Amino acid sequence: MLSLSVNGESHSVDVPPDMPLLWVLRDVIGLTGTKFGCGIAQCGACTVHLDGQPVRSCVLAVGSIGSKAVTTIEAIGDTPSGQKIQQAWLDADVVQCGYCQSGQIMSATALLKRSPNPTDAEIDAAMSGNICRCATYVRIRAAIKQAATGKPEGMQTIVTAPEGAAS
Amino acid sequence: MKPNAGSPGSVDNKTSDRVDLSRRRAIQSGGLAIAFLWLGGGGVAQAMINARRQPGDAAAALADGNPPFAPNAFIRIDTDGAVRLVMSSAEMGQAIYTGSSMLLAEELGVGLDQITVEHSPASDELYGTPMLGGQITGGSTSTRSTWQVLREAGAVARTMLISVAAEQWHVDPSTCTVDRGVVHHTVSGRSLGFGELASAAGKLPMPDKVQLKDPKDFQLIGKPMRRVDSADKVKGATQFGIDVRLPGMKIAVVKACPVLNGKLAKVDDKAARAIPGVVDVIRIDDAVAVVGDNFWVAKQGLDALDITWHPGENANLTTQQLRDALVESSLNGKSIIAREVGSRPADGTVVESQYQSPMLAHATMEPLNATVFVTSDKCEIWVGSQVPARVLSTAAKITGLSEDKVIVHNQYLGGGFGRRLETDSPEQAVAFAKQMSYPLKVIWTREEDIRHDRVRPMYHDRISAVLDANGRPVWYGYRTSGGTVLGRFAPGAMGKDGLDSDAIECAIEPPYDIPNVKVEWIRHDMPPGLVVGWWRGVGSTHNLFVIESFMDELAHHAGKDPLEYRRALLQKNPRTLAVLNLAAEKIGWGSSPLPSRVARGIALGEPFGSRVCAIVEVEVTAQGEVRLRRAVVSLDCGIGVNPSSIEAQIQGGLLFGLSAALYNEITIKDGAIEQGNFYDYRVLRINETPLIEVHRVENNEAPGGLGEVGTAIAAPALANAIFAATGVRLYKLPVDRSLLVQDAAALKSVVSAAAASDGRMAP
Repeated sequence: MLSLSVNGESHSVDVPPDMPLLWVLRDVIGLTGTKFGCGIAQCGACTVHLDGQPVRSCVLAVGSIGSKAVTTIEAIGDTPSGQKIQQAWLDADVVQCGYCQSGQIMSATALLKRSPNPTDAEIDAAMSGNICRCATYVRIRAAIKQAATGKPEGMQTIVTAPEGAAS
Repeated sequence: MKPNAGSPGSVDNKTSDRVDLSRRRAIQSGGLAIAFLWLGGGGVAQAMINARRQPGDAAAALADGNPPFAPNAFIRIDTDGAVRLVMSSAEMGQAIYTGSSMLLAEELGVGLDQITVEHSPASDELYGTPMLGGQITGGSTSTRSTWQVLREAGAVARTMLISVAAEQWHVDPSTCTVDRGVVHHTVSGRSLGFGELASAAGKLPMPDKVQLKDPKDFQLIGKPMRRVDSADKVKGATQFGIDVRLPGMKIAVVKACPVLNGKLAKVDDKAARAIPGVVDVIRIDDAVAVVGDNFWVAKQGLDALDITWHPGENANLTTQQLRDALVESSLNGKSIIAREVGSRPADGTVVESQYQSPMLAHATMEPLNATVFVTSDKCEIWVGSQVPARVLSTAAKITGLSEDKVIVHNQYLGGGFGRRLETDSPEQAVAFAKQMSYPLKVIWTREEDIRHDRVRPMYHDRISAVLDANGRPVWYGYRTSGGTVLGRFAPGAMGKDGLDSDAIECAIEPPYDIPNVKVEWIRHDMPPGLVVGWWRGVGSTHNLFVIESFMDELAHHAGKDPLEYRRALLQKNPRTLAVLNLAAEKIGWGSSPLPSRVARGIALGEPFGSRVCAIVEVEVTAQGEVRLRRAVVSLDCGIGVNPSSIEAQIQGGLLFGLSAALYNEITIKDGAIEQGNFYDYRVLRINETPLIEVHRVENNEAPGGLGEVGTAIAAPALANAIFAATGVRLYKLPVDRSLLVQDAAALKSVVSAAAASDGRMAP
């Protein structure tokens, strides 16, 4: 039995220590917001936070985590940076298929937390590990800047939120 | 085939239809769609989406909570006033759930915040579209083929709800208005909500004639609206196929024979079965799966198998053999003439080129998967599919159950790009799951997903022109050779003499004024097991690369600027000329000199019923690396339902095409696909992404397609920019950087010096 802190809750899981965190989250605990994309830390779809640092959960052995706090997409909105990023993602209407976006948001949140007003180069460095096949990159860049500055990006189409929409 | 065939009603449609008809027929359709249009109704199901109730509607509504008001296959209104909209197309990122909701909600009279969306059940009868002859999301057809029906469906529901209210109030229905789910009689100050009217409305007969809104009164259509699926997607709350969890479910990880068309000989599974958590090892004809309590343990089990394959006839197959055979066919194969006008003049300057396009994988972010539960009298399937009705019918065949015993629960798709137009993965999952007594989620690893992709075919294209003394083409000849996707996907849709109309899409009638034309296709089938499939643009994507690269060659021959050369040939095509001019204006074509080895390339086309121009600005380093600095895309897609989604589709589509043009090629060695993950099937990342401006020519023409338009125009704009920057014409994709090295000394200089500034334009 391993004890794991996920999104502020303690979980006891009966899994081998070399099992990657991704599959513990998805198949054992039942948190499916974290995605499987490549299995070898190439695409970033599985990104979660370990004590606030972004990590690729598909190659992170669960036995190596110890008492570090795991945060996933399901709870990142409870942090100030995560809340800002999610709101900017809605304001710029970033998502398309949405499958990679959990990982994108986890990487972007970590970036904003350590660099509140990131440059293009910082955005590239922090986000180039996250692939989006729909190629929402133009809006990801716009949304990160919008989250940082509170101002909409110049070239970005401004979307109208549905009145009273739950977001 | 008539849209809305069999519709008892009619509709006052305020949108004009002024386009020249002969040109319109060619441009309205595209890729997958064009073939079905040319069918003229033969060979495909006649039952199609309809704004009014159809025979199959009662059962569908009953299975969907039996709402009191379900006037058609798309709208359900419950007594509490909840409005549920059933989506006829699959959502794979293209924002069709938002667009379809806007069309329905606009005419129904509700806000997007007042509706919820539902995946449609599998049914060609209720959700098949006239453009594709079935419940198929593809070919950039969803808006084009449903926009009128969905608007009318909303208007039918609104008309019926108003009828009930007007009768209760004893007033003329024309004096009632609808706003945000409430019918009002302003003069008397009375109001009734949709929920209060639903039961009575459900008992009314279908109205014959309904009035659509005047476009000037639109509240939703034409406004940039936030997607209806964004809120869940940013929270990780959206359920994709791979996220399905059922009581008692186990997870299977699969390995099919790596050699295409090879079979399973034998498996020693002793070591796998010894792993705690491995539940079973199951076999089908050409694959083996290990079942476990979770993906990880199943994958461990798979890796522990000792498998022997029968590689079969493809054991020694290589890409080079495929390419050589294709080139031979392109010279000596039997050609089918798609279009011939006039004849090739004896005099004039002849320009001839050959172009090659590679096989391509889809690599959707969500690897293929399907969850299946088969019992003695039922088969349930949870899968994200572009063809749910096809999944249903193939599952019925595999299980031996009748089609009414099969239920397909469609899911959000983590990318489609044409890969989920195929049923191979769900078919395999059913074949495995029918051996088991519990629900089985079958997941392909990324490696399995790429090595068993149904690839975009390779092509070999010969293009030629005869130029007059001014360098204008007086004849254009095009001979494309390659495999046929349509011939397998819908053999009944093949045209005259066995022509695959997708293969010559965008080549058969280029936008330019060229008096004499000959367009031919040579069918060159791939060996059995190398199944070619739809991709984000098939015919149009490779044909536009060839034709627009060649137009640049002709301009160069004529000593003309590529913009001016195209303009001179577009004087009879004002809509497309306007698109070209808009892009040139927005990027500032020719307005200021660019640095050395920095240049712009133009590409123009009419794919999928839209007109599009991309101008891409690149820098090619001395070492041959290509940096994307900026892109401007202009578009005429007629009526735009959601300008935000249009911008997003064009940006994403362009990058998808640039990614393929820069990096992608599927190759085969020893009969197996060599690539397997993102390190050897590289895709574009954010640090390589330029600023992309999207501009529209706005009008009230019928909507054009969007999903594949940006992709189709990407490669030629890139290739033309690279030519302008380096003088090197690329006749083959993907881009071969070794051809772009400035001189041998450049490779000795420090690459990082060139990379100090990536040259991308600041937003």
